[in-house]
Amino acid sequence: MKPLFQLRSGKPRAAMQLHTKILTVTAALTLLNLALIIISTGLGDMNIAPVDVVKTILGKGTEDHSIVIHTLRLPRIIAAFLVGASLAAAGAILQGIIRNPLASPDIIGITSGASVAAVAFLTYFSGAVSIKWLPVAAMAGAGVTSVIIYSMAWKKGVTPIRLVLIGIGINFLLVSLTKVMLVLSPIISASEAYIWLTGTVYGTSWEMVRAMLPWTVIFIPLAMVFARIVNVLQLGDEIAAGLGSAVQRQRFLLMWISVALAGSAVAVGGGIAFIGLIAPHMTRRIVGPSFEGVLPVSALIGGLIVVAADLIARTAFMPYDIPVGVFTAGVGAPFFIYLLYRNRNARS
Amino acid sequence: MGNVLPGAVAKSLGIVIGAILLISCIYASIVLGATKVGFSDVVQSFTHYDQSSNNQIIIKTSRIPRAFIAAAIGASLAIAGALIQAITRNPLADPNVLGINYGASFFIVFAITVLSVTSTTSLMWISFTGAVVGAAAAYLLGSVGRDGLTPLKIILAGAALSALFSSFTQGMLVLDEQGLSDVLFWLTGSVAGRTMEMLSAVWPFMAASWVAALLLARHINVLTMGEDAAKGLGQRTLAVKIAAGIIVGILAGCSVAIAGPIGFIGMVIPYMARFFAGTDYRWIIPYSAILGAVLLLLSDIAARYVVRPEELPVGAITAIVGIPFFIYVARRGLERA
Repeated sequence: MKPLFQLRSGKPRAAMQLHTKILTVTAALTLLNLALIIISTGLGDMNIAPVDVVKTILGKGTEDHSIVIHTLRLPRIIAAFLVGASLAAAGAILQGIIRNPLASPDIIGITSGASVAAVAFLTYFSGAVSIKWLPVAAMAGAGVTSVIIYSMAWKKGVTPIRLVLIGIGINFLLVSLTKVMLVLSPIISASEAYIWLTGTVYGTSWEMVRAMLPWTVIFIPLAMVFARIVNVLQLGDEIAAGLGSAVQRQRFLLMWISVALAGSAVAVGGGIAFIGLIAPHMTRRIVGPSFEGVLPVSALIGGLIVVAADLIARTAFMPYDIPVGVFTAGVGAPFFIYLLYRNRNARS
Repeated sequence: MGNVLPGAVAKSLGIVIGAILLISCIYASIVLGATKVGFSDVVQSFTHYDQSSNNQIIIKTSRIPRAFIAAAIGASLAIAGALIQAITRNPLADPNVLGINYGASFFIVFAITVLSVTSTTSLMWISFTGAVVGAAAAYLLGSVGRDGLTPLKIILAGAALSALFSSFTQGMLVLDEQGLSDVLFWLTGSVAGRTMEMLSAVWPFMAASWVAALLLARHINVLTMGEDAAKGLGQRTLAVKIAAGIIVGILAGCSVAIAGPIGFIGMVIPYMARFFAGTDYRWIIPYSAILGAVLLLLSDIAARYVVRPEELPVGAITAIVGIPFFIYVARRGLERA
């Protein structure tokens, strides 16, 4: 008998079983994240020892340290973690329901949808409307895009392949729309928007972190509630329908959770690419395909990657602060190519 | 597949009508825009060029280069698209979708920002190299595996390569803000503000590729019957594919070097050409050339009017034209197309 850890709510739908391995991995990754966040907070123009970082966070540090850590670095690093976790979770959900390892919010255009809305917000409403509304704008963009992709791909139901293809097409359209807005806007905001488009957590304030946090803490656990549904959907449409799943409705619902996570992440971090693709893959290697494990572990790995990438991006090329998205794309795109190669014999 | 014009006579007549249409579009491209110029201005700018006349200066330095560049690039991209669709047996293939344009763009941005290259001729060769690298990578990546090259795999490969190349391009531009303002408009795909010198640097290569594509058409016809059938008929299919790949690389490379990545002409036009001319590539290629030139000219004219007084990059217009088509084909199913 395998060691299992059981969680059960009143309704059997929300019951789940966690292998102890998943718990161990989750705990280890949580510690790793904490350690990396503390180390990263200490590194930069002014280096601060990890002990002093912890002291400062607990409110016992010096004034200097407190300013550097509390107003500059910590919000940025926390944002990096949240963005990574949300993107990875969004990708894990999408890959689970679309059953295609190549699906991720940025390949099928959901991220671009959020970007178009956010760039429109930045270039046309910047100054006039509070920045607090940026996440809402980005999420609306992601939502509208998903509806468009989904309805375009609908033909007596949605097949994964059609969804991916239509997504790629829509992605092209959105990318050129974004560029049009950049070209038509005054050049200063254009270069700002361009950096944002590449994906950066530079200059993130606590305000942004607070705006994003609810989305992460509501939707990742919510996705956990549907974990069993995702497990069934992963078996394929016919089997899932045979097992009594309302395949189309559930896929639609889960897609909305994915959209909320991806949209809020794009609003804060911009177009940070490929996290939604890489993190779930690494996760499945470690804990296997069961969604109860894939979701939390993906989120933690996603957070870890973005925090690490951002640490490199802001320290390795000082005084340049390179957008973190350049690094995630530099790692992610070759990985995507590797996946294509590895899945070369998969039937389309 | 439709074949609206049966018989060689009807098809030749179609070419003549197309040529007339093309000339009208070039004329429209010269006279239409923020500054209206008349027929007499156009004629006089050729016969009695008057440097004190604003209209004539606009015609000579801006409108004429723009019209001819749009026509040449439209034709080139359409021919490139027709060839790629034939080799990959994929109705959605296009230099943009397969990452070829982005490969060329990446090489160009690298040359401009890192190596400080400015000469158009050098940029053209760099762009050509990038296009060939992109095309070869997409083709290889799309054809690994048991069932070889499937239409879906090559689209995914193209999406991956586009993402890879554009993220590297972004990385370089982020480090070089000056470079950003220089190349942003170009990266979106535009034929505005180009000079005649840029076209004259690449023109011979483009024309040679058009002729080469026509000469290759007979072999492409054999290839489209299927790899096995072509081999059975004694064709060295690899040689034909490599020749077609090089032509595609030159055409896409030259186009990107002048105008940046302009998408979807190469996807939509061959489809229209097949609609008029059937399945024979000896007709598809000239039809593609004419229709591609016409479409890019019309898109460029539209780009001047949509957001007046500003101007859209023409790549945005072609994307708006091309995407519905892309979705239509994707919905219908790639394998049946």
